[in-house]
Amino acid sequence: MKLDPTVCVLGEDVGHYGGSYKVTKGLAEMFGDLRVLDTPIAENSFTGMGVGAAMKGLRPVVEGMNMGFLLLAYNQISNNCGMLHYTSGGQFKVPLVIRGPGGVGRQLGAEHSQRLESYFQSIPGLQMVACSTPYNAKGLMKAAIRSENPVVLFEHVLLYNLKEKIPNEEYVLCLEEAEMVRPGEHVTILTYSRMRYHVLQAEKTLVNKGYDPEIIDIRSLKPFDLHTIGNSIKKTHRVLIVEECMRTGGIGASLRSAIIDNFWDYLDAPIMCLSSQDVPTPYAGTLEDATVAQPAQIVAAVEQICQ
Amino acid sequence: MAFRLARASSQLARRAARGRYGDPRPWLLGSAPPVLLVSSPAAAVGGRRGFCSVRRFTAGDSSAAAAAAVSEDDETENGFTDGDQVLDFPGGKVSFEAEMNFLPESKAERINCYRVLDDDGQTISGSRFQEVSKEMARKMYSNMVTLQIMDTIFYEAQRQGRISFYLTSHGEEAINIASAAALSIEDLVLPQEFANQCFGNKMDYGKGRQMPIHYGSNRLNYFTVSSPIATQLPQAVGAAYSLKMDKKDACAITYFGDGGTSEGDFHAALNFAAVMEAPVIFFCRNNGWAISTPTTEQFRSDGVVVRGQAYGIRGIRVDGNDALAVYSAVHAAREMTITEGRPILVEALTYRVGHHSTSDDSTKYRPVDEIEHWRTARDPISRYRKWVQGNDWWSDAEESELRKTVRQELLQAIQVAERAPKPPVSELFTDVYDQIPSNLHEQEQLLRDTIMKHPADYPTDVPI
Repeated sequence: MKLDPTVCVLGEDVGHYGGSYKVTKGLAEMFGDLRVLDTPIAENSFTGMGVGAAMKGLRPVVEGMNMGFLLLAYNQISNNCGMLHYTSGGQFKVPLVIRGPGGVGRQLGAEHSQRLESYFQSIPGLQMVACSTPYNAKGLMKAAIRSENPVVLFEHVLLYNLKEKIPNEEYVLCLEEAEMVRPGEHVTILTYSRMRYHVLQAEKTLVNKGYDPEIIDIRSLKPFDLHTIGNSIKKTHRVLIVEECMRTGGIGASLRSAIIDNFWDYLDAPIMCLSSQDVPTPYAGTLEDATVAQPAQIVAAVEQICQ
Repeated sequence: MAFRLARASSQLARRAARGRYGDPRPWLLGSAPPVLLVSSPAAAVGGRRGFCSVRRFTAGDSSAAAAAAVSEDDETENGFTDGDQVLDFPGGKVSFEAEMNFLPESKAERINCYRVLDDDGQTISGSRFQEVSKEMARKMYSNMVTLQIMDTIFYEAQRQGRISFYLTSHGEEAINIASAAALSIEDLVLPQEFANQCFGNKMDYGKGRQMPIHYGSNRLNYFTVSSPIATQLPQAVGAAYSLKMDKKDACAITYFGDGGTSEGDFHAALNFAAVMEAPVIFFCRNNGWAISTPTTEQFRSDGVVVRGQAYGIRGIRVDGNDALAVYSAVHAAREMTITEGRPILVEALTYRVGHHSTSDDSTKYRPVDEIEHWRTARDPISRYRKWVQGNDWWSDAEESELRKTVRQELLQAIQVAERAPKPPVSELFTDVYDQIPSNLHEQEQLLRDTIMKHPADYPTDVPI
């Protein structure tokens, strides 16, 4: 926002309140309450406002207080945000960033535990990335703002408290690139967002048991970084996808299909995918834990694949 | 609580005698509100002009702003003083009454409609309107005629199967042309460009991607039309927000029908525009019909103009078939949005003479004689023509000349557009993103391969 006066923030309680997860804390004091705009509660409409402002030359960052609420904005996101560059014949750009906290949290209830990457992945014209560390959050956010395309940046409710030493300088990460978290030989584990940490926990057990997993945080949910993913599969020949989406129609489902289309010959075993069940996320803690893939399951899955 | 109420009624009586209430109707049509309930006293200081009334923060000035937001005045602009029995809730002070009174669902009288020309094209005595020059008057008239002929010819073209879809604005030509004329837009969409868009050919600025009449032009500051209803309203607020940020001397305008006012986006866009003080004109073409749904089944309010008040937006109801009235109203609205930094709602009453679109036959749900009446006796073009000719600014000879020329030009445009090549298959994949990503490259290649292998299954006149 310091570098470019066209960058602005729109959302509920993003101003003096600093946002539901304090992502925009301090910005209203620095840039004023027009550039950091508190909107009334109407997601479809402030997203539409963001589209209109972007078409006029601003670079708005629209915040969904929880990603799940952006389902109300689906009309504007699908029919306008994703389409207007195309239907206008390239005359109008929509350099919008839509971001917010999503994913399964700690007992937030079904409506606050949505995984919108499932629902949005079909929309042509959109790009989707998921950050998972303070380092990649900064780099991907900057890249998303600079992009001429509309980008949906998925943050996770449970990852805001992570602490990491990151460079003060400007750096921009590539929106379409996956991140090699741990190189290995035995199996390719593809994951993103919060599940990265469940995988890393499973990694400890796996290494103790003598396995050498290659862990890739795919980061780019649309499009997939098939280059990095492909190179990994060509090396390990075994794939495990660990995602938080539901089984049906999630990122894992699309990723499996893309891998089969492109790397069938390199697979030595069927692709395994650990997803959440096709149920609304329950409130009770034990039930909630049971709906997401846990490290123990990840370990078991790797053992099964590597037989 | 009971004590307060008992004291209140005697206090109310005394206050009424002193005349301290001022006008009980906070908004008077056409004049600035004398009493404005605001959400924080800081607003009274900040004033209406400028970024936001409720100004918590100016850039880089955190401590001063925080202090200003907290202070409470004893005497606000409402004239209440400490000790008066008023209710002090978030949103401002309100005086209370012990009698239980429900606000009526509607006023006894409908809101009046602003009109300047009578049915015979004579200016109504005592009417006030924005003067137009002879040149502007003639231009407006010839554009209205052009629009009418364009609609007729393109509608016929759809009937002949030459384009897939069309939607006319029969009966609403005054709204279209007069409102645009008031907004300092010199150019309109040119006939050939229009034909190209309808035929989706190679020269279409939209590259053949949108259905007919869903055009857009960066050059003319006209956002590409999108089918879902009322989605353009919040976008207009966003565009106005952008103009406000850049401190431009300009406003945004958005058009929608009576049906569009039922959409959630209408509600939220008006609310946003009011809160943000965005310079946008909301122009509602209330033509009585949303496909087959008459306004009696669309809403129960007195039309659309009264809704502005609910959001704190100034509005006017105007005779949409009176070109001069529409012109004057939009001219004034534009001034207000820009100089006062506020949104304006204009409700133009009119009638949809044509069918909703080429997919509709409105004789199925409304009487033919009703349509005929509006097509002939209430036609906005002939009414305006009478006024222009009455000023000796137009003649019958010019009329037939214009109609002949325009008709020829449009038929020519259609022929050229029809014969022009369609966009190549490569344009199927561009502009989805700024650069074509690899998956779309693959899909394009796949499509080309398929076309090469089975050329008989694909049209020969579409270049690859």
